[in-house]
Amino acid sequence: MSRHRGSHLALFLAVSTLVPVTGRAADEPAAQPGRMAQVRIDNFTFNPATITVPAGTTITWTNRDDMPHTVVAQDKSFRSKALDTDQTFSHTFSEPGEFVYFCSIHTSMVGKVVVRTP
Amino acid sequence: MSDTIVHDHEHDGIDRRGFLKCMAWVGTGVVCVVEGGILNSSALAAPSDAGSPPLAKAGRGGQSGFSFAQISDSHIGFSKEANKDVVATLQVAVDKLNALPDRPDFVIHTGDLSHLSKPEEFDTLAQVLRGVKVGRIFYVPGEHDVIEDNGKLYRERFAPDSLGDGWFSFDHKGVHFVGLVNVLNLKAGGLGSLGREQLEWLENDLKGRPSSTPVVVFAHVPLWTVYPQWGWGTEDSAQALAYLKRFGSVTVLNGHIHQVLQKVEGHVAFHTAASTAFPQPQPGIAPGPGPMKVPEGVLRTLLGVRDVTFVPGRRALAVVNSSLADSGWPRAENAVPAPMSVVG
Repeated sequence: MSRHRGSHLALFLAVSTLVPVTGRAADEPAAQPGRMAQVRIDNFTFNPATITVPAGTTITWTNRDDMPHTVVAQDKSFRSKALDTDQTFSHTFSEPGEFVYFCSIHTSMVGKVVVRTP
Repeated sequence: MSDTIVHDHEHDGIDRRGFLKCMAWVGTGVVCVVEGGILNSSALAAPSDAGSPPLAKAGRGGQSGFSFAQISDSHIGFSKEANKDVVATLQVAVDKLNALPDRPDFVIHTGDLSHLSKPEEFDTLAQVLRGVKVGRIFYVPGEHDVIEDNGKLYRERFAPDSLGDGWFSFDHKGVHFVGLVNVLNLKAGGLGSLGREQLEWLENDLKGRPSSTPVVVFAHVPLWTVYPQWGWGTEDSAQALAYLKRFGSVTVLNGHIHQVLQKVEGHVAFHTAASTAFPQPQPGIAPGPGPMKVPEGVLRTLLGVRDVTFVPGRRALAVVNSSLADSGWPRAENAVPAPMSVVG
């Protein structure tokens, strides 16, 4: 797990220096308005579990587990193939809204994307 | 710790109310037999026979007993640090099954044959299991077998005669076997699921069978709630168990959690099985349920296979787990089930 610690810290620093988005919860990281955001899959969890981004943002999920995972929208608007270790999946969120997604293999893994009007 | 079964257990776990507490047969003592709903008990073995009570497969009334084996979670295609050669450990499992003193009538594989549902992974699994010296292997799928196509390829190859998503039942020497599928149509945040169509089928399948019929149910994800935080349970298993409640002997065999756990509720004995590929942590002791990395010399002690023996007239099936590190098999009559707090 130690190989992850450095990048965890980097992610934390990157997120904590972002311009705050009005109205978001204090512990909820906001995405960079540069229209790219990252979600990591670690230890059978999506990290961050909830991510808030402006419309038009492309989110990339990276699987850092030794087990395969998928990223599947509850409303079926997006669905990845099985991501093996270090494989990624990207989806661009054009419309505002809230998108709950989960791993269809390990359904206890649930995440949420909140897309705001840019 | 009321579920813990200790070594010095003096009877086979059936008290006067017929409540079954202990599933595997332990040492010598008293065996209780239910005949026509009346509980009888008799001394099993003379002291000089301590440790080897009769476990003849021939039962009362000339009905013959038999054994079958369980193998689970082979994850062919997995190659990470927790086990870089899952084909080799599956081969050890096959060798162990072939070394059973009494050849099992058949084998059940309780899912996760493959790691990523790939055709070549299924090919390898089928090739290795062709070495098992039994007439037939019955399969139920794990979530890793149905990833991209909802199990279409799996069913074509491993359950061509099954119904619906891959469920089926059959009778063997007086025991009714039911293979269930609880890894499809899963919801976000949910557990394993049987679904309405399968539950209706199960209700009809069991209807009309005498309550004295021993029933063995097998499915990948545990049909009891082991640890919902990790998805280790089946959300609608209570309905299935309601249909099974009237039967005097129900044995539920599952995989998925890569460790041996046992639990008894009324007449229903639940057993999860070891994997042939890699161990997973005990519920809640790790940040997640991912593969457990252990020293190379330890790995095979945490992998295993299982032999299950049915003797007519005995309510509980004898369940014997054996690790891939063990050179032989413990005698069924000496089997001591792992307490709830011990895994592996």
